[in-house]
Order: sequence, then C-alpha cells, then structure tokens
Amino acid sequence: MSTRVPLPYTPTVLELFRNPKNMGKMENPDASAQAGSPACGDVISIYLRIAREGDEDVIEEAKFESYGCAANIAAASILTEMVKGRSLRDAWEIGWEDVAERLGGLPPVKRHCSILAVGGLRRAIRHYYEGSRPEWLPEDLTAVEKQALEEEEMIDRFYGGRIGGE
Amino acid sequence: MFMPSVSALLKAHGTPPKEVYLDHENSGWVPPEVVEAMLPYFNERGYGHPSITNKPGWEALEVVESTAETVAATLSVDPSQIHFVHSGTEANNLAILGSMMALKRKGKIIVSDIEHYSVLLPALSLEDAGFRVVRAPVDEEGFVDIDVIRELVDSETVLVSVQAVNHEIGTVQRLKEIVEVVKDRNPDVIFHTDACDAYGKVPLKAEEIGVDLMTLSSHKILGPKGVGVLWVSEGVRVEPILKGALSSQSLWPGVENVPALAGFRKAVELAFQDGLSRVSSLRDRLINGILDGVPDTQLNGPSGEMRAPDNVNISFLHVEGEALTVELSLRGVYVSSGSACTSRVLEPSHVMLAIGKDYEAAHGSLLFKLTRYHSEGDVDYVVDQVIESVGRLREISPLGKG
Repeated sequence: MSTRVPLPYTPTVLELFRNPKNMGKMENPDASAQAGSPACGDVISIYLRIAREGDEDVIEEAKFESYGCAANIAAASILTEMVKGRSLRDAWEIGWEDVAERLGGLPPVKRHCSILAVGGLRRAIRHYYEGSRPEWLPEDLTAVEKQALEEEEMIDRFYGGRIGGE
Repeated sequence: MFMPSVSALLKAHGTPPKEVYLDHENSGWVPPEVVEAMLPYFNERGYGHPSITNKPGWEALEVVESTAETVAATLSVDPSQIHFVHSGTEANNLAILGSMMALKRKGKIIVSDIEHYSVLLPALSLEDAGFRVVRAPVDEEGFVDIDVIRELVDSETVLVSVQAVNHEIGTVQRLKEIVEVVKDRNPDVIFHTDACDAYGKVPLKAEEIGVDLMTLSSHKILGPKGVGVLWVSEGVRVEPILKGALSSQSLWPGVENVPALAGFRKAVELAFQDGLSRVSSLRDRLINGILDGVPDTQLNGPSGEMRAPDNVNISFLHVEGEALTVELSLRGVYVSSGSACTSRVLEPSHVMLAIGKDYEAAHGSLLFKLTRYHSEGDVDYVVDQVIESVGRLREISPLGKG
C-alpha cells in the first residue's frame, strides 16, 4: 500500500479508543464546531454545554464525535474530559501538547490529531462568543486554529483533488 | 520526547480469544511445514556457502539449484533464468534499474498507474537519469486501457511494467493481450511484470504470456520473508544493482539465504499442489457476507474470475480505515487499510485514487487476503466482527447521519 510508518500507540490511546468518554452528539449544545475534512480522513465535532458561574462561562458538559484514526478518537475524547468544569477562558489555554501529554504521547505523524481536537474546541469557543468577543479571546486565529484550517485545505493545495494521476 | 513502549501497548491490547490473520498483503503467517523445511539448514546441513568447495557448501548449492528448478517448473521456464534476491521489492528494483542500466541508452518508460511502489519509485527515480516516465491510466476496476498503451508505446519506449495482478484490489490484468500490443508496436521494448500477487494464484506461464522479466515474492505464497525472484528471459540483459562478490547468483552479491530458500521451495510445492479454488469460494463468502451485512460499502476492484482468488478490498463509508484496523485487531481480526492515517504522508492509497475512488472511500478501505489455511468458520467470524466494528465506529463518527 502506501509508505507506512510504525504507530506504537500508548495504552492510554488504546483504552480511550476502546472505551471513549463523552462520545456522541449533544442535543441543543450551547456551542459546537467541527474541524477537519472527510478528504483528509479526519473530522472532529465538539459540543459544549455552558453555564454562567460568577464572571465566567463554565463548561458543564462536553461531547465529541470523530471520523478518524484511533489517535483522533482518543484525542477528542481526552479533550472533552480535560475541559469539563473549566471556564472557556481557561479551556482556551489548553494546547495540543497538553492533549498529547495526557495521552502519554503521540507518534509525530499523529500530532495533527491533537491539533485538530484543540482547533475544534477553539472554533466552538469562538462560535459561542460570536459578536461579543471577550478581551482574553485573541482577534486573530491562533497557530493551532490556523493549522486545523490548513489541514482542511491541504488536500486541494497538495494534490489538486487527485493523487496518482498524470 | 515521545518514547513509546510497544510492550505496554501489546499488554493493553491483550490476546483475543480467536485470531484470524488476513494481512497477507503486508507480511505473512508461515505454515509449520514451511518452517520445518527451513530448520535443518541452520545447523544440520547446507549451512555452508554455495560457492565454496566443502560439503556444507555443496549442500547449500543443492538447495539453491533445486529451489530454482522447483520455481522454474511452475513457470515452464529454464532454471538458469531464475535469479534469487531478498524480496519482491528488491526484484522489482533490479528489474527496473538493472535492465535500464544494462541498456546504455535513455528512453520512455511506461508503468501502470497502480503499480506497487517498488516498481513506481525506481521507475520515477530514473527521471533524474534522463528517462521519461509515463503512468498509464486504469479504469474503475483497475484494468489497464490497452488502447492507451497502444498509443503510448513508440520507438523511444524502452521499458513497460504492468502488474499481472494488483496487490490491493486484485485486478487480474489481460497481460498477454497487453504484451502483444506492446511488442507489436515496438519489439525491442523490455516488458516487466510484477507477478508477486499472481504467482500460485492465477495461471502464469512466463514465456506464453510473452514477458521478458517477472518478479515473484516468497512471502506472498506463505513462504518466509527474505526471498524474491526475478525471472529473466533469454537474451534480456540485466545488471546487478548491488555490487559485491557474486556467488551462485549472477545478479545478486552476498551470501545466499539458504534456509529461506528451502522454506520458499516448500511453499512453492504446497501452493501448486493444493490449487486455489477453495480460496475463491471463501473470497466470495467474505465479500457477500460484508456487503450484505454492512450498509454503505463498496467492493473495490473487479468481481468473479478477473479478481485474484485471495483478494477482498472493501470501502466502508463514514469510518476511517486505520481506526477500523485497530478495532478489528482488538477483536482478533488482522487486516490493513488504504487510509492516509497509516502512512507517512497525508496521502491515501494511490491505487484507490487511480481507480477513481474519492478520498472518503479510499480512507475507509480495508484489505483482506485469504489463504488455503482459512476456513468458512474463520470467514464467518470475520464478517461478524466487521459488522460490529463498523457499527461501533459509525456511532462515533459525525458523518453519514443525514
């Protein structure tokens, strides 16, 4: 088949793949977003239930759906665990490295899975604040958001929609 | 720094109660008879060097020669035309690079769009040396368009390489017809066929088909890894691409892997003694079981007699193939996928894309290869596990839910 690379997943990735937490669509979420594209073989949907607590908007519940590899499913699942009970301001600070670390590490070619998960979360947070951006939320896309966006555009950019042709 | 522990992964994975290995595309399970045939040659006899004048050396030479005779008989060719190398990949490289090195001139090379990487990449590497490489398109079942081949072959053409059977989707090419068209247009063209997936599975008489070079691989017929064959027709010149002390092999330097050759010899005997009719009925049982049991699936490659008897390749929409291989592995079903997520670059199988599959179908494809050691019970188990696995991953997937 194509050029392959060894993928020694960690037991944490395997366990989350086997028994993902917070899996499934949320009905009437307060915020949601999708990142990735079927063409890339990677799509993550993030759903958030948000409540106002004092000065903060706090994530009460987070769910995910994933079309992707085992690492993709595990990354989305662990991220929904990580954000629960945190304010949106706090959740915004979660980096893809944090997600990879909680998974016990990801093979280098799978880092884009955690980038996509974090990119999806940040996109959901932006949706929530559409039209009323708080001060802590950067106006410009962060590196992770750009990378998620880039992956969505990658197939067209690299291959013009078709590989292996003349 | 990511320091993975494969042993921790294996411990977390565990051993499923039933295991069915179907990844014979990538590496093979080796039958006990074959292993047994290899064992004496490590330390009982034939452990010498086939070109040295002592008894263990002559015993080694006997294995090399009798393996060549066994293989030659199955192809109806002369044993002196059988050249051993260390893998199908090496044999394909030798065929492409070695024949072009021997040619002493440049020209056009035509390869089909769905060749194995060990044909495509050496061919493309020759572009730097001044050759022009053209990839011949295939139709949606993987068949080479013979009219396009006829148009492509010209006086500049020096080499054509078309697989006898495709390794991913099992397309059995109309090779004899293609060779006739090529030789009719230009009789000087060297015609190579990668027959790794055809050998022992479909009729393959090299001279009758009319090819000049043919590649075989031991592990594709349940022999040990580490043996490839390049058959070289009389009068066709090939130069060794590895340099070193030549021994019994004029195209490959180094010490012959005699135990592996003994295993390969046994594997050839077994493959040709059994026939494969039972495998094609298992193939159809697996195809029908999955297509009937799982909605939104597509069979990749042709059906019936023009499909290799051992090959099943199916796309499962809305799920990603690598996740499916892991899910099935946890259930003891071992297969591979054409997904980009198993590869070094973000690029799904070039074979899937060449037959016009969209990216989602390519990402969701699974490849199963059956052997005569599988039973109907194995196939039924696999069908059940595939149905459950696809069902579980579709629950997780946001796609295909309307």
